[in-house]
Amino acid sequence: MMNLLIGGISVVGFISLSAMFLIWLERKISAHIQNRMGPMICGWHGSLQSIADSLKLLLKENIVPSGADKLVWSLAPFFVTVPVVMAFLTVPFSKTLIVRDLNVGILYVASITSICVLGIFMAGWGSNNKYSLLGGMRSAAQIISYEVPLLLSIVLVVMEAGTLSMQGIVQAQEQGWYVLKPNLAFAFLIYLISSTAEVNRVPFDIPEAESELGAGYHTEYTGMKFAMFFVAEYTNLVVVSAIATTLFLGGWQGPLLPGLFWFLIKVYGLVCLSMWVRWTLPRVRMDQMMTFAWKVLTPLSILNLLVSGWWMVR
Amino acid sequence: MSDIEAKDKKDGELRSEEFVINMGPQHPSTHGVLYLELRLDGEIVKDCRPHIGYLHRSCEKIAENRTYIQFMPFTDRLDYLASMNNNLGYALAVEKLLNVQVTERAQYIRTIIAELNRVASHLIGIGTFAQDLGAYATPMFYCFRDREIIVELFDELCGGRLTYNYMRIGGVQTDLPAHADKFIKDFIKYERQKLKEYNELLTYNAIFLARTKKIGILKQETAISYAVTGPMLRASGFKWDLRKDEPYMIYDRFKFDIPVGKTGDSWDRFKVRLDEISESLKIIEQAIGGLPAGNPISKVNRVFKGPPGEVYMRTENPRGELGFYLVSDGGLKPYRNKIRSPSFSNLAVLPEMIRGLNVSDAVCVLGSTDIVMGEIDR
Repeated sequence: MMNLLIGGISVVGFISLSAMFLIWLERKISAHIQNRMGPMICGWHGSLQSIADSLKLLLKENIVPSGADKLVWSLAPFFVTVPVVMAFLTVPFSKTLIVRDLNVGILYVASITSICVLGIFMAGWGSNNKYSLLGGMRSAAQIISYEVPLLLSIVLVVMEAGTLSMQGIVQAQEQGWYVLKPNLAFAFLIYLISSTAEVNRVPFDIPEAESELGAGYHTEYTGMKFAMFFVAEYTNLVVVSAIATTLFLGGWQGPLLPGLFWFLIKVYGLVCLSMWVRWTLPRVRMDQMMTFAWKVLTPLSILNLLVSGWWMVR
Repeated sequence: MSDIEAKDKKDGELRSEEFVINMGPQHPSTHGVLYLELRLDGEIVKDCRPHIGYLHRSCEKIAENRTYIQFMPFTDRLDYLASMNNNLGYALAVEKLLNVQVTERAQYIRTIIAELNRVASHLIGIGTFAQDLGAYATPMFYCFRDREIIVELFDELCGGRLTYNYMRIGGVQTDLPAHADKFIKDFIKYERQKLKEYNELLTYNAIFLARTKKIGILKQETAISYAVTGPMLRASGFKWDLRKDEPYMIYDRFKFDIPVGKTGDSWDRFKVRLDEISESLKIIEQAIGGLPAGNPISKVNRVFKGPPGEVYMRTENPRGELGFYLVSDGGLKPYRNKIRSPSFSNLAVLPEMIRGLNVSDAVCVLGSTDIVMGEIDR
């Protein structure tokens, strides 16, 4: 029990620190992509900027829009943040560093993170704002569609490893990372694309589409409620990168350095990739994105699954 | 709400309603204080009504209470992204009225400066268009980086970075600085390289193509009937550029092409602007090569009366034809100064283009029209 408590607290601590670091990192990376300096005032190269920002957000007035569905509206940030935090419980940071290695670990992560969409839709619906509503509806459609290819690519890994436990999947990759096998490399690609859509990032940032919808579903949120959406967004990014690392990139395995370092290097490498994509590509359109999910990604991943399955039982 | 609910209960089925969203006047992608009233069916735009007037400053009425020279700074604030071109148009109109001869050197300087401003203006057009498509600010920052070089030169010329007030009746305010020759030549070389970069980043990017090709098609007939001009008209395939078809100043001395599009979709409008930048660079290169010595301004009285009569002078601005219609009753001030602004017509045709598209495309099409509210409301 005590162990679980300590584990839970350290996960929350890791998440807050990581979100703050990532917000700073994203601002720095985007700035350097765009010939700018980014934050430079607070601390060394603006490294304390996120702390200053969170202080500012803490002190902000909490404005509730009139006509908002108060209960739904104020619950929404929790529905977005809490599942993301809970997903970390089964993420193996190293051989021993894992809060609880469930025997259905990957299933647990996949199901708990799908609750997020509920929060986003609640935010969009409860705000009583047309732009937010459009954002929420788009988001629901998008996340549910991309869950299908995402899960199909995870299924392939489970088939290969023969276990649902996260730690088991990492150990199954002792001979070689799964990304080195052609069918799993393909699944990795599908996973990367679908996970980008899952976390609402460019080119699939349609629910937030700033140039169309203001800020989409979180337009009406201020102060800490807004901060929770922000933290959830960046933590979600870490979650999908951590799962990708565990499933395809051999998790914490690597030579010389301790497992934790390898894990973090791989995760933040994937996060940086996502940031690079975000600051380069334009956004796709809603219907194009749905077409891509249902007519390209889903059939391809089913085909991949069938061919690999046939290969395994052959 | 209760009425609707009651009605729902009576009908026994859910009713659907038109979804009206007010895009603007405060919205990240309406390019200023434009207010679009969009009627949506789901996300499909059924109808669109642009509302203007949030930036109205009575420029034309002010012109009637100012002398000819005094109105020059007001032209800066029409299309504030192309102030030099507005200055030029107004100066040419007044010179036509007064029948003033402009020195050879002034004409060359004017051409160079106007074309540089065209490049700067198109760079913003491209950058903001990419921004509207959701390319998070990166292309825009690249475009602003390039524009900054031009603005630096203008700053040195006249002290302004946005509103220049540089052209004078009969010439220009100051001569080019000594290092301008090398500065501009370096810029041309630099910008030609960067244009290739934009092609890689945007023009032939698969997502960019998917978002802009066949979106917001403006047919040639529609464009002509709405008096659309500039890159928008040329993107529809109609080859019409005042610099070629009705050459003013010294444009007939330079070799350059007029880029035209084929289908008139958003991508064509973007591409025409991008191509026009390289054509402008050609003009600047030729002009800076043949820059004659002499005075940058010819002698014009500080105080003068306009001879009774009327003139209409139109010039090719980055956004289309800018026309000044001056009526003089022989006094110090014009009797009437009517301004024909290109963005006004270009905005008027917007509903024709976005009907039946969805909201994302509406934003894309609006971005591709590259309007400036300053000259729509005047």
